[in-house]
Amino acid sequence: MGSALAGRQRRPWLEATQKGLIWGGVAVFVALVGMVEIFAGREIIVGVITLGLALPVLTVLAAGYQGALRQAGGSAVAVLARGALAGAMVGVAVAALVALGSAVNMRAMFVSASPGMFALLSFGRGVSGIPLIVAGAAGAGAVGAAAALLPGSARRPLVAALAWTLGVGLFQELLQTMLHEGAIQTAIRELFFSGEGLSARGALLVFLLVWAVSTVWMRRGSAVRQWHGQLPASRQRTLRVVSLLAAVAVLLLVPVAAGPFLSQVFVLVGMFALLGLGLNIVVGFAGLLDLGYVAFFAIGAYTVGLLTSIGEHGIAQMSFWSAVPIVMLVSLIAGVLLGVPVLGIRGDYLAIATLGFGEIIRILVLSDFLRPWLGGSQGILAIPKPMIGGFEFRGPEQLFYLTLASCALVIFVAMRLRDSRLGRAWMAVREDEDVAEAMGINLVNVKLLAFALGATFGGLSGAIFAVMVGSIFPHSFQLLISINVLALIIVGGMGSMPGVIVGSLFLVGLPELLREFAEYRFLVYGAALVLMMQLRPEGLWPAAALRRELHAANEIGHAGPVEAPVGPERPVGG
Amino acid sequence: MQRSWAWRLSVTDLYLWAFRIVVLAVVIWGTIGTVAARRYGGEVWIDFLVFGMSQGSIYALIALGYTMVYGILRMINFAHGEVFMSGAYTAYFVAAAFGRSGYLDRNPVVSLLAVLAVAMATSTLIALLLERVAYRPLRQSPRLVPLIAAIGASFFLQYTFRGFFGSGFQAYPETQVLKGTWAIAGVNILRTQAVVLVAAVLMMAGLYAFVMRTKTGTAMRAVSEDKEAAALMGIDVDRSIVIAFAVGASMAGAAGFLYAIVFKQVHFFMGFVPGIKAFTAAVLGGIGNIPGAMLGGLFLGIFESVGPILFLEGLGIVAPYQLKDVIAFTMLVMVLIFRPSGILGERLMAKKA
Repeated sequence: MGSALAGRQRRPWLEATQKGLIWGGVAVFVALVGMVEIFAGREIIVGVITLGLALPVLTVLAAGYQGALRQAGGSAVAVLARGALAGAMVGVAVAALVALGSAVNMRAMFVSASPGMFALLSFGRGVSGIPLIVAGAAGAGAVGAAAALLPGSARRPLVAALAWTLGVGLFQELLQTMLHEGAIQTAIRELFFSGEGLSARGALLVFLLVWAVSTVWMRRGSAVRQWHGQLPASRQRTLRVVSLLAAVAVLLLVPVAAGPFLSQVFVLVGMFALLGLGLNIVVGFAGLLDLGYVAFFAIGAYTVGLLTSIGEHGIAQMSFWSAVPIVMLVSLIAGVLLGVPVLGIRGDYLAIATLGFGEIIRILVLSDFLRPWLGGSQGILAIPKPMIGGFEFRGPEQLFYLTLASCALVIFVAMRLRDSRLGRAWMAVREDEDVAEAMGINLVNVKLLAFALGATFGGLSGAIFAVMVGSIFPHSFQLLISINVLALIIVGGMGSMPGVIVGSLFLVGLPELLREFAEYRFLVYGAALVLMMQLRPEGLWPAAALRRELHAANEIGHAGPVEAPVGPERPVGG
Repeated sequence: MQRSWAWRLSVTDLYLWAFRIVVLAVVIWGTIGTVAARRYGGEVWIDFLVFGMSQGSIYALIALGYTMVYGILRMINFAHGEVFMSGAYTAYFVAAAFGRSGYLDRNPVVSLLAVLAVAMATSTLIALLLERVAYRPLRQSPRLVPLIAAIGASFFLQYTFRGFFGSGFQAYPETQVLKGTWAIAGVNILRTQAVVLVAAVLMMAGLYAFVMRTKTGTAMRAVSEDKEAAALMGIDVDRSIVIAFAVGASMAGAAGFLYAIVFKQVHFFMGFVPGIKAFTAAVLGGIGNIPGAMLGGLFLGIFESVGPILFLEGLGIVAPYQLKDVIAFTMLVMVLIFRPSGILGERLMAKKA
C-alpha cells in the first residue's frame, strides 16, 4: 500500500497510462463479449447514441476521471492532460482491436468479433478511423478529468443528470406506453420522445431538469432534513405513515397503469423478492451460506403441482388456497430435514454441502426413477390458477396482487422475527458461533429455525411460481436460481430487507425490461458479486449492524495481519 | 459424572444415525441385488473400474488446486472449475488449428504436448488474474466475503467464455493415435484412458516432488502451516500464495486437456460439475493434503463409475446412470457431515497440532 502511494506521487503520468490501459482492457472486453453490437440495437437518444456505443464511452470517461489523479497535484492543465492521456490509452486499446480485426479473421475464435462491431467501434471507417478513435477518446478522457476537477457539490448533480438521462433513454418504451392515453400525457410524451425513443430535445430537457433539481437539493437538502428532524415525534410518525400509504396506493395501481407486461415483470420481481427474503433469514440474519436454496423453491412448486394439478400427475385436485398451508408445512419440514445433517458444518463447507443437496434434489426430480410420480423432464402440467369466489387470478395483473400480499406478509413476519429474541440470537450466531453458544444460545434450535423459516418462504415463492407458469419442469430449478437469489441479497445488502427489494428490482427487474441484458445476466451478476465484495461488501442498502461490522473488520485488517479463520474444527491438542 | 451414552444421544444424533443406516442399507441391499442378478461379467466391471480410474485421475488433478489453495488461504476457490474449463477451451482452438492443417496426425506427440502446454498456460494465467483482481484485496475480510467473490468470479468466467466463444459445444479434433484400444495385461483399455491415467500419474508425481523436495515447495508448506511464522523466517508469503494458485491452476489446465481428449468436446459450462466433484475429492482425501487429493479423486471416480450399477440397479431403479451425480453429491454431503477431515486428513491434523 505504502509503496503504491509513493509510486503514485512520483510518477502520476505512468499511473495515468496504467489506469487508461486497464480501462482499455475493459472496453475491449465489453466489445469482444458481444455487448457493443447487441446493445447497439437500443437507442438511448434517437440518432445520437446507442447503448452499445455508450458503454465504451463510459469506460473512456471513467478512465479520464481515474487517470486524472487530482490528488497527485499539478496545475489544472496537467490534470486535464493526464485525463486525456488515460482516455487516449483506452482509444489505443480499442484501435488495436480494430486494427487486429481488420488484419485477421478474429471471428474463427470470437463469435462477436463481427464486421458490424468493428464498424460500430470505428464509426464506420475501419482502420482509417483509428486516429479519430484515439482523438475522440482523448477528448472524452479530458471531459472525465474535468469532472474530477469539479468540487463534489457541482459534480454530483451532473452525474445524477447523466444517470437519469441514460435511464429515461433506456426505458423509453415503458414510459411511452405509460403515457399512451390522455391529452396531457400525449403532450408530455411528444415533448420528450420522438416515436422510437428519447429525442435530443427530450434528453436535454431531462438532463437540465434533473441537474436543476439536484443542484437545489444539494443546497437546500440539509435544511429540509433539519426541518424534518425538528418535527415532533408524532408528526414524523404521521409523515411516515402517509408516505407509506402513498407507496401502497401506487403499488396497488401498478397493474392498472402499467399493463400486463410490466405486471408480469413485477410478479417475477416479487417472486424473487420472496425468495430473497427467505434466504435473507438464513444468510443475512443467521449467517449460514445456503447455496441449495432452490431446493425449497422446487419443493414448494412441486407440492403445489401435485396437490392442485388437474392433469395426470395431480393427486388431490385441491384448490390453491387449501394447498398453500400444506406447501408451507412441507417446505418447513424439508428445511428441518435438510438442516439437521448440516448443523455441525460451518462457513464455506456449509455452502458446498447445501449446494450438494440442491443438486441432489434437482437430479432426482429430473430422473426417470421418479418419473411416474413427478413427471421427469416433462414436469407437471395443468396447474389451475387460484380463485377467490368468482375472481380468478388469471393473468399477471391479478397475480400481481397475490405476490404483493405474500411479500407484505413475509416482510412483516421477517421484520418481527428480526426484532425478536430469536432474531437477536441469529445475529449473535452470525457474529460468532462459539461466543453465542457460550452466552446460552441453543445453536441447534436457532439454526434449525433459520433453515426451516427460510425454507417456508422459499416454498411459498415456489407455490406462486407454479400457479404463475401453470406447469413446472425440473429445468426451472437450476442452481442458477440459488445464485440469482444470493446475488440479489448481496447486492441489496445482506440482512437488510429494503435491500432485498432493491436487489430484486435491479437484478430481476432490469434484465426483464431490457431483454438484451438477459444474455449477459449472469456475467453481470458475477461481476457484481466480485465488485460488491471489494467495494461495498455491505450492499446498496445495508443493514446498519452489518455495515459497522464490515468496516470495523477493515480497520482491524489495516492495523495488522489477522489470522485466517480455520475451516474444519482443529482438534485441540490432538 | 459420565452419563450413559444413551442419555447423551440427542434427537439430531439419532437422525444422523438413521441417515447413516439408511445410506448403508441402500448400498448393501443394492450391492447384494446386483451381484445376485449376475447381469454383468468380470470384464464389464473392469471396464467400469478403468473408466472410473481415468475419470478419477482427472478429478484428482483438479482437486490439487482446491487443496493447495485451501491449505494456504483456508478459502474454497469456487472458480477453480472455471480455471479448468478455461484451459480446455482455449486449447481447443490450438487443437482445432492443428487438426485442420493435418499436423495433429503427422506429429501427434509434439502437437498434443503443445496443446497441453497452451491449456496449462491459459489456466495459470486466468488463475493468477483471479487471485490478483478478485481474491487478494479480500484476504483480511470475514470469511464469507472471499467465498462470495469466488462464486461471482466463477459465473463471470463462465459467461465471459460464453460471450467470447459462443454457447454451443465445440468438438475437439480426434487424433488417429489415440483411437482404439491397447491390450494391457490381457485387458483391452481405451487408448485415451490409458494416456489420461499415465499423464495424470506423472503430473501428480511431479507436483509431489515439487512440493516436498524443492525450496519453493518447502516454503509453501511452511506458509500453509503458519503464515506469520513463515513470514518471520523470511519467506515471501505473497509469492507462496501466488505459486500455489499457479501450480494448482496448471494442474487444472492439464486436467482440462485430458478431459477434452476423453470426451472430445468443450463447453463454457463444462467446468462446473467436475469442479464440484473435484472439491468433493479434495474433501474426501482431507483438504489441504496433497496425497489425499489424489487418493480422493481416484476413489470418487471409481465410486461414481461403479456405484450407479452396483448400488442402484440392484434396487430396481430405472436408468441408474442418470443418478451418478447423486452418488457423488451424497458422498460429498456425507463426508462433510461425518468426517470433514477426510480420509487422510486426521494424520495431517495431528501432525499440525
